[in-house]
This record gives sequence, C-alpha cells and structure tokens, in this order.
Amino acid sequence: MILSQFIFVPLLAAFLIVLVARKKENIAAVIALAACAWILIVSFIAFFKLPAHGGMILNNTSGWKIPYTISLILDNLSSFMLIVVSIVAFFSAFYAIQYINHFTGKWNFFALFMLMVTGMNGVILTGDFFNLYVFMEIALISAYALVAFGTESEELEAAFKYATMGAITSTMILFGIGILYSYTSTLTMADVGLQLRSAGTPKLIFLVYGLFIAGFGLKTALVPFHAWLPDAHPSAPAPISAMLSGVLIKTLGVYALVRIFFNVFGAPTVVLQILMLLGTLSIVIGGFLSVVQWDFKRLLGFSSISQVGFIVIGFALGTPLGILGGILHLFYHAIFKSLLFLDSGAVEYATDTRDLRQLGGLSKELKVTSATTMVGTLSISGIPPFNGFFSKLIIIIACISAGQIVIGIIAALMSIVTLAYLLKVQKHAFYGKKGSAKVLEKVPFAMKTAMIILAALCLISSAIMIPSIRKNYLNPIVDTVMGKTSYIDKIEPYLDKGSVK
Amino acid sequence: MILYIMCFFLFLVGVYGAITKRDLIKIILAIGIMGYSVNLFLVLLAYRTGALVPILKKGLNIPANMMVDPIPQALVLTSIVIELGVTALMAALAIRIYQKYDTFDITKIRRLQG
Repeated sequence: MILSQFIFVPLLAAFLIVLVARKKENIAAVIALAACAWILIVSFIAFFKLPAHGGMILNNTSGWKIPYTISLILDNLSSFMLIVVSIVAFFSAFYAIQYINHFTGKWNFFALFMLMVTGMNGVILTGDFFNLYVFMEIALISAYALVAFGTESEELEAAFKYATMGAITSTMILFGIGILYSYTSTLTMADVGLQLRSAGTPKLIFLVYGLFIAGFGLKTALVPFHAWLPDAHPSAPAPISAMLSGVLIKTLGVYALVRIFFNVFGAPTVVLQILMLLGTLSIVIGGFLSVVQWDFKRLLGFSSISQVGFIVIGFALGTPLGILGGILHLFYHAIFKSLLFLDSGAVEYATDTRDLRQLGGLSKELKVTSATTMVGTLSISGIPPFNGFFSKLIIIIACISAGQIVIGIIAALMSIVTLAYLLKVQKHAFYGKKGSAKVLEKVPFAMKTAMIILAALCLISSAIMIPSIRKNYLNPIVDTVMGKTSYIDKIEPYLDKGSVK
Repeated sequence: MILYIMCFFLFLVGVYGAITKRDLIKIILAIGIMGYSVNLFLVLLAYRTGALVPILKKGLNIPANMMVDPIPQALVLTSIVIELGVTALMAALAIRIYQKYDTFDITKIRRLQG
C-alpha cells in the first residue's frame, strides 16, 4: 500500500489543482506543497522500513500475480532515488510559491509540476517495461509543457526541440521493448531477465542495447545526444530547471540505464565500455562548452552535462567503489545543481536578466543569494568539506584503482575546469565591477528559505560519508547495483508460473 | 518476415523525415510515422495465421494456441493515446511558434545558439 502512494498522491494533487484551484490560485500552491511534503515523509518511512522487509517490497497492483499484472517494486536503489526526487521536488515547490508570481496561470504550473513528479516516481517504482515507458512519457510530456511555460519565442523553440528529440527516442525505446517482448513473451523486468538467462541471449539483443542506449542516453543528455539540454533547461522557470537538471535527467536517464542494463541484462561489458566512452566525452565537452557561456542558466545547463558524465563513468566502471561514487554524485549533484539553478532564478527575479555581462557586484545587495551560490560553487567544484569533494574523490580513486588511469586524470582535470566556470559566475555576477543591471526587486522569503536549506544540505549531506552511516545505508544500495541479476533472483519467488502460458 | 522488413522500412522513413525535413509540421508527421510503424510492429507480434479472438467463454472452445496474443493489442491502444498527447502538444507548440516567428521553417527559427 505504501508504494502506490508515491504515484497516486501527486496524481490526485494534480487532479485537485485543476479541479479546485482554477478560481482560487493560492490553493494550488498549498495542495502541491502538501503533496510534496507527504511523499517526502513517506519516502523516508519507506527507506527506513525497507531492511525489515528483506530489502524488497513488491506490490501487485491487482489480484493477479506477476507476470500477469503490473507490479511496483521498491528496493534499496529505488527507495534512495525516491528520497532524492522528493527532497528536490519539495524545495522546488516551496521556492515556486513566490517565484511563480512573475508568471500567469499559477495553477497550470503546479498541476504540471505534480504530473512530472508522478511520472518520475512511477519510473522509479515500476517493475514492468511498458509501464516504465508510460510513466516516462507522463514525466516527459509535462516537462515539454513546462519548458514552454513562459511562452516566449526562445522557450517555445527550446520546447519544440526537446519534444522532437524526446518523441523520437521514446519511440525507439518502445521499439526495443517490442523486440524484447517478441523474444521473451513477458514485460515484467525480472521475468525478461530470467527468460534471457534460461534461453540464452539472441544476436538481436544488440539492437535492443543500441535502442536503449540512444533512448535513455538522450534523456540523460550524454554527449552525442545532449543538444536539447542547454536550450531546454535554461528556458524553463527556475524551479523547473532545478527539477529537470536535478532529478529528471537522473531518473529517466541514469536510473533507467542502471536498472535495465545492470539488473536485467547483467551489465554486459560492451555496454559498460560504450557508457564509459560517452561519459568521458560528456565530462570534457560539457565542461569546456560551459566555460564560454555568458548566460547564467545556460552555463549551468552545460555544467549538468559534464556532471552527469561523472555519474555515468562511476557506474560504468562496474566496481563497487565506482558505483558508490556514482550513487553519491547522483545525490549530491541533485542538491547542489538545484541550489545553483534556484540561485540563478533569484538573480533573474531580482534583476530581470541572466546575462553575466550585464550583472556584477550583486554580493552586497543580494546577500543570501550570493552566499548560497558560493556554497553551491564550492560544492560542485569539490572543495572539502562540501559534499561534491567526497563523490568526486571517490570516482577519481575508483577510476585509478580500476586501471582507467587516463579517465581518472581527465576527471581530475575537469573538476578544475568546473571550478573555473563557476568562478566566472562569481566574478561576473556577484563580485567585480558593478554591471548595468540594477536590483529591481527583493528576493522574497520563500525563495530565500528554500535556498538556505539546500545550501545547508550541501554541508549536512557530507555526513553520509561517516563510516557507520555509509555501511548501514549506502552499502545495500551499492550491493543492489553490484549484485546485477540478484534483482531477478529476489523477485523470482513472487512470479506466478501458472500453466496459462 | 517480409512484413517485418516493410515495418522496419516504415520506421526508417519516419527517422529520415524527422532528421531531414525543415518544416515543423512535416517533422511532426514524420514522428507520427515512426510511432505508427512501432504500433504496427507490436500488432504484427501478436498476429498468428488463422487464429481467433482471445476470449474464454462457454460454448466457444478456442484452444490457447489458436488465439491471437492480446497483450500487444492492449499496448498499442495505450501507445496510440500517448502519441496523440505528444502530437497534440507538438502541434500546439508549432502554432505558438508560428505566431512568434511567422514561419514553419526551422532554418529561420534560430534565436537559440544551438
């Protein structure tokens, strides 16, 4: 029962907002915030209840048993992802209460926001290939609409670009699912893995690998598929940029890749090598392109491409240390990148521009924004004791200990480039000469609070690295990914092997 | 087999259109064609020569191996609905873009530096 809450609470909230809040717009924010707080609390409850259930809770959504029904599956990895999504969603919604006053159609915004959360929670929890596709489309359609929310010409253009690329690759994913179904006659992920194991993998599986890497790689914005991200993420309203860069590319992209390639296909070496290559390319190209940007949010968009590269190489190493680094960087990046996007939104709210050439010397007038951006900068570029230091250090050590010394050196050098482009933001926006842009409006209370709490989390979340906490809470997650097809073995007892087939 | 090859060819037609066409509406249509080809593929998977409806009923004793597979048919219905949603959203975006730029030509819609 606890599992279906993650899907129906935000879905119900979206429905209620459309129904009730059309006339009274303030109710929209209240409903959205209440739903986000609810799933935040429930995600923590689920995370701490999970060990008592043996590390896996399975929920058949009807009277039938899998593989004849759609199932929701909570294991260590998905429960961790739910916490990440809920934290970022809650603070983005809180920030949006006052930020969204600059736009019309508040209730539209919150309804789409809750639909996006529904889609992401669904992708995380589902144990069924087709259901994954459906929830992914729910999240994506609301994301397309939210990118176009400002309805200025650039925003519409970015949304159309995103929608085109997203629709093409989603079709590819569906094609891949069709091929898998034709071979295994089942859609339940664990059952697909089981059938592939017993019947052997056909040659056609490489087509499926290719379709899935292209499909989910585009959602992750790995380098050959990254062209939409630097347009779409800056065009969206700031809380949505925080959601898109903070969690959407990770749930629809990284999480789906890890779940499918590690837990269902058992981490084939060829896929890991491809992901390694794409991840390294992303780190380098994203990093260098972001140095030359002058638009604050666009710079952060390119930086997301580069940072997602770090996460992907962590997983692609396939060693426990690398996976630990990938998981940590996923969590930490969600926090500091959403913080930085919220800061850029605050700068835009106050001065009405995000062109770094026009900004300057804001540190005296926007004290909170300037201080939290500094925290975000130090975290993302990996200065101890902020959280980014630990995850990057672990990824670099993992690269070297796995024998990938060149990639380790590239990763270490690119984290210096990370510091370089964020210091550019510091210099041109908050310190240095006073620019032509003036502070027109003060940053309101809700926006400040959300930023301060996220900045505090940047420091507090380093506490995960304390050995006893890491051993109890992070190691089971690493084991879930590292155990590869142990996911299938855990679900196998629940499978109904009736004679219907 | 020839049907599957034709179906894959239709998929490639869609990809070709989406990549090479410059008109927003043609891009939307090309994405539609890709979607149709995948739907056709799913329906073809379910098809069995000479098979009947997958219904269990008294007096209608169809053996299980003489039924068509009902799952892909259900999937196709769902995916048609999703494609409808995406197409409608993209058409709405295209209309708004036309109002802003006065053109459907993507080479002229370039205010973002790619």
